[in-house]
Amino acid sequence: MTANDRQAEAVVTPPVPPAAEQDRVETEGARADRPSALARVLDTGVGRNLGLVAVLVVLCVIGVSTADTFATTSNLLTILTSASIIGVITVGVTVVIIGGGIDLSVGKVMALASVWATTVATQSYGPAVMVFCALAVGAGCGLVNGVLIAYGRIVPFIVTLAMLISAQGLAERISGKRSQIVTDPTIAAIATTRVLGIPLLVYIFAAVVAVGWVLLNRTTFGRRTFAIGGNPEAARLAGLHVRRHTVLLYVISGLCAGIAAIMIASLTTTGSSTHGTLYELDAIAAVIIGGTLLTGGRGTLIGSILGVLVFTTITNLFILNNLATEVQNIAKGLIIVAAVLFQSRARRADT
Amino acid sequence: MPDLPEPVRSLGRRGFLAGAVAVGAGAALAACTSNTPPPAAAPAPAGGNTAAAPAAPGRPVTIGFSAPAADHGWIAAIAANAQAEAAKYPDVTYAPVNPTNDITQQIAAIDTLINQKVDALVILPNDGSQLTSQGTKAMQAGIPVVNLDRIFDSPLAYRTWIGGDNYGMGVSAGNYIGTQLKQRNVANPIIGEIAGIDSLPLTQERSRGFKDALATYGFSVGPRQAADFTAQGGQRVTANLLQAAPRLDAVWNHDDDQGIGVLAAIQQAGRSEFFMVGGAGSANAMRAIQADNTVLKATVTYPPTMAGSAVALARLIAQGRGMSDLVEQEVPASITLASATVTKENVAQYLPLGFES
Repeated sequence: MTANDRQAEAVVTPPVPPAAEQDRVETEGARADRPSALARVLDTGVGRNLGLVAVLVVLCVIGVSTADTFATTSNLLTILTSASIIGVITVGVTVVIIGGGIDLSVGKVMALASVWATTVATQSYGPAVMVFCALAVGAGCGLVNGVLIAYGRIVPFIVTLAMLISAQGLAERISGKRSQIVTDPTIAAIATTRVLGIPLLVYIFAAVVAVGWVLLNRTTFGRRTFAIGGNPEAARLAGLHVRRHTVLLYVISGLCAGIAAIMIASLTTTGSSTHGTLYELDAIAAVIIGGTLLTGGRGTLIGSILGVLVFTTITNLFILNNLATEVQNIAKGLIIVAAVLFQSRARRADT
Repeated sequence: MPDLPEPVRSLGRRGFLAGAVAVGAGAALAACTSNTPPPAAAPAPAGGNTAAAPAAPGRPVTIGFSAPAADHGWIAAIAANAQAEAAKYPDVTYAPVNPTNDITQQIAAIDTLINQKVDALVILPNDGSQLTSQGTKAMQAGIPVVNLDRIFDSPLAYRTWIGGDNYGMGVSAGNYIGTQLKQRNVANPIIGEIAGIDSLPLTQERSRGFKDALATYGFSVGPRQAADFTAQGGQRVTANLLQAAPRLDAVWNHDDDQGIGVLAAIQQAGRSEFFMVGGAGSANAMRAIQADNTVLKATVTYPPTMAGSAVALARLIAQGRGMSDLVEQEVPASITLASATVTKENVAQYLPLGFES
């Protein structure tokens, strides 16, 4: 992954000359590899996320020393399972933020998709239709977001905030504000199925991360995303279809929310309008402590995932030690600040 | 800056196909929003005491009703119960105002009802303290107020208060767990507690009752975590709590709505060495107790049927009548409901009162 993170970053660091042709933008990365071997080593994904890795290690040390059950396989799998849903959402949010946007609607789009997929009518058609419904609702909401942002020229913050509110309303409307129990055995089994001792949800999480990583780092699509996030005007002048690309980014984010909807419906055995409350902030917090710039054009998916793992591990750690919720929240706030401080120090030391 | 048009692509066939897919997907999705259960499973209307026939009709009265918007099953059941009870009386005109979670909107809604000069008001405030002045205002305008559940700060703000007993709920749960563990001769049991939102007074009351009741058996609460009254929060907290406690003897979960997630987490972890008590009394929880195939063995009620009782009380007060089985000529000023313990033995009796979460 390291080489490609480097490429990705290189696309945006030098301001792209206005007259650059499209393929010049897309191959910029290859040339940027040259400057210095030392910088290359330090500027790898792991290097840049050193702060987060350190925080995670510290958390694990605290875990092992304060709770006997921390280092057990079943506890580690619990952490990964807890991380899987917010993790899938975070993949979509990372892609959007790298592309220079923001998506506040993910949590409630997930809620809407989970509700839509678990109505009595949908469940009567079987699991395939339920999955289709969740994915289509997610992607559809993303499409609306994307079109309004790219072609309607409204600020992403406003569009996705409006989507958050209306998706919440629609979810309440459809569900009648009740929790819709998943009666379909196939969907319910997703959360209980284990393959080689690892829950299926963790595989889904891993698969989404892998696809997202390949998309961002190994494809033209990914290079264009970094280019557009870094300098949309230059990207447009270079001949990239900025608006069409922006729409796609939001569709990806919506699709991730749709996947997460099926996962949460299975994990909680319900579809509910209360799902995903404040997930957008959790996801954005994870993306930011993962080192992705809020302004776009620079960031790593791996950092975001590390961020998610840090948050889930904190929750686990506090429950293992039977600490009250308010203490957890105080500590979470402190750890966010500490991680970002540590991160920026580590990065400054690198350069 | 001029907005240069993007190169026009051959939209023809691709655009048509994409459009067709979108329309098809839209149509399929629209067909999926129905929540009407198939006819075989008759929809269970929330609550309603079917046994009691309404008392003799009195003079016609209009009863105003204001409650928070339903964001979970219990509040939804409150509105449904009030409506169902009012429909039973031919002499009652039921005037509900649009439910809202916004304090200022609820204040405005109550003002509207006062201006309409309804004969009695049933109010479940979003926040008792913040709506006390509205209750006082209605009382001063000569409209008796039945304060439902969340209590106003001043007795001047209501004619009668009726509500559940959060402390009593904790006591009922504690007593059930204590008795069961004593019967099984468990020494030093590990008792878990999954609370609702810790910052709410009702959660603190429930936990205090639970702790006090367990103390009479010489037991104490072990691992305790607060979720957030949602299935998602219940699942997350429970999955982690089960890791913290490799062995448990009993668990009390404050709320059956979040209990859906709690049960899911327990099943996903494959744990069954303990028994669980729920809270509030949802129909789902009662069906699980009846089926007796999960760790959920009992639930302690916090019945939303109180909304029906509140409407009935408002009717009696407006008509100037007392409660027929009491000697007094007036409706009492305060009624605290008892928290019943629903187990497999008596679940059939309570199931019609359970609310759909």
